[in-house]
Amino acid sequence: MRSLSQIYSDYFSSTAVFSYRQDERIFRTRFMRAWFTIFLILVAIIFTGSLFGIGANEYHYFIGNLILINLIAAIGLQLLVGFTGLLSLGHAAFLGVGAYTSALLITNFGCPFVLSILIAGLVASLLGLIVGIPSLRIKGFYLMVATLAFQFVIDYTIIHWESVTRGIRGIELPTPGLVGISLETNKAYFLFLFVLAVFLMWGAKNITRSKIGRALIAIRDNDVSAEIIGISIFRYKLLSFSISAFYGGAAGALFAGLLRTAIPQDYTFLHSILFLAMVLVGGMGRMVGTVFGVIFITLVPVLLDLLVSFIANVYDPNFTVYLGPMKELVFGALIILFIILEPEGLVGIWIRIRDYFRIWPLPYISE
Amino acid sequence: MVVKGSNGDTLLSIENLHLSFGGVQVLNGISLSVKKGDIFSIIGPNGAGKTSLLNCINVHYRPQHGGITFEGNELEHLKPHAVAALGIARTFQKVELFQGMTVLDNIKLGRHFLMKSSLLGSFLRLPNIVNDEMKHRKEIEEEVIDFMGLSSFRYSPVGILPFGVRKRVDMARALAMGPKLLLLDEIMSGMAVEEKEDIASYILDVHRDLGVTIVWIEHDLAPVMDLSNQVCVVNFGTKIAQGTPEEVQKDPQVIEAYLGRQKIT
Ligand SMILES: Nc1ncnc2c1ncn2[C@@H]1O[C@H](COP(=O)(O)OP(=O)(O)OP(=O)(O)O)[C@@H](O)[C@H]1O
Ligand SMILES: [Mg+2]
Repeated sequence: MRSLSQIYSDYFSSTAVFSYRQDERIFRTRFMRAWFTIFLILVAIIFTGSLFGIGANEYHYFIGNLILINLIAAIGLQLLVGFTGLLSLGHAAFLGVGAYTSALLITNFGCPFVLSILIAGLVASLLGLIVGIPSLRIKGFYLMVATLAFQFVIDYTIIHWESVTRGIRGIELPTPGLVGISLETNKAYFLFLFVLAVFLMWGAKNITRSKIGRALIAIRDNDVSAEIIGISIFRYKLLSFSISAFYGGAAGALFAGLLRTAIPQDYTFLHSILFLAMVLVGGMGRMVGTVFGVIFITLVPVLLDLLVSFIANVYDPNFTVYLGPMKELVFGALIILFIILEPEGLVGIWIRIRDYFRIWPLPYISE
Repeated sequence: MVVKGSNGDTLLSIENLHLSFGGVQVLNGISLSVKKGDIFSIIGPNGAGKTSLLNCINVHYRPQHGGITFEGNELEHLKPHAVAALGIARTFQKVELFQGMTVLDNIKLGRHFLMKSSLLGSFLRLPNIVNDEMKHRKEIEEEVIDFMGLSSFRYSPVGILPFGVRKRVDMARALAMGPKLLLLDEIMSGMAVEEKEDIASYILDVHRDLGVTIVWIEHDLAPVMDLSNQVCVVNFGTKIAQGTPEEVQKDPQVIEAYLGRQKIT
């Protein structure tokens, strides 16, 4: 234990770095550690509050679950798009593959839910490897078209391979459970998802600050010199595709578990676009940015819904008819506006706020 | 100061390279051999094919004819990243750094192929992966960052650094690879006199203390003539002269073809 006076003097000696290991922590500064602690405490308060019927209700947890599942999926896409610089328009297809893998394992083989998530991720990552193969030869726009083709192939397969996927009727699933504990309520599912999402986020962050992550960024920034200094481009592009697909596949299985059904409408091209929007709006190549982007893209339609029903209640119920289509328009416009006004994404705003508060209230202590 | 001529074995040998793009003949039957311990300079006018020659050594360009051997390995069958792993490092004329990363991460990437790798280990940050990373971090700090005077730039994104510092980062990244052969492509261009002197002393230190063989392209002839023990003059993709700095400066063909009426002092 360090004494209080030591801690105090450390605080004011500021940048003192004690070892390379300390220097390479995720939350390198006190400021970041404080923020993360506050965040965890907030979640804990909300959660315990709702145990006693105060605060969040089942609907709120449902939205929270959507956010967490989207987050897990978007982390994967962030690795591929934001870190490796490979554009994909087929990310939702990996969620579809994951959802159906999990659903089939559970209904046909009685596979435990948690195990099915892992296998769903692995199956998706195997497919990711295959989808990644063309990335050696084609780049940018052409690669995007190749991933688009993959999206449509998976869509088509899910709908038309009726003997296995039951087509557009989908596959019904039992209540998910976690080694004997039922995850029936959204609240229970939220706790499970929260722990899982933090774990997967931590893992992704670890990858980005390891040799693998640096190689991915190198390929994004300058693939010619990356290769000349000893990085196998092909290997790391494939790796990126398969890690990204793993996150997608796991998220798909979790989504099917949330809805207790796997249906084709949930994993379409439109969803792929929304995942891309999460990464773009949040900020490319920034893990924290993904969180902001996911919250934005998931919550804005929900809030717009609330707004419309509020207006309809106050004025005239017929308003929903007019305002319904307006919602989509506003949502789209907001996304475009954000990308134009804040090209670095929401994370850019976050960094400015952070830099302001980092030196507050003692501006001469900079860390 | 002239580096004493090396009498070592041949490290790199280039045989009769022909490289063309469409109708443009860039390399036209060039051959040369670099001995262990050389500071081997390549000079020649703009567009002579010097950078293209380095690109062939890195097998980034694939020549139509001819071969390159490095320590008995025929490079034409290898991929660029495998050539790097043999011990060939490179700096770039236009400074090809990774813009989105800090100086430290750029330099760490030089050590990429020397670091332990495992997906699960990286994901979970297992001790063996972290320890390996810290070992390399320590070596980089002590052998490269301090040496190249980059300590104060460690956490700067390379995009915001002045050109001269970026060139040093480029060289630091190459040195982090622990190379046997270092290819320098106009490392001094665009630098002020003092910066050039710094680079000259880095080159000498790398050569003397680390025993690295150097192939060095440069337009500024004064440092080239000072530091090299072999100078090769290239024009229109062929070698027109080679020898010690004194020999090359006296060569009538060089004076006429490359230097024109200009006289080297
Ligand atoms: N990828 C390429 N495609 C087409 N032409 C190329 C390519 N690379 C080089 N060239 C041509 O090859 C010739 C030699 O170029 P190179 O860059 O090797 O010259 P250099 O000797 O390095 O010149 P400098 O001193 O200006 O750097 C030039 O005419 C250039 O246009
Ligand atoms: Mg050149």
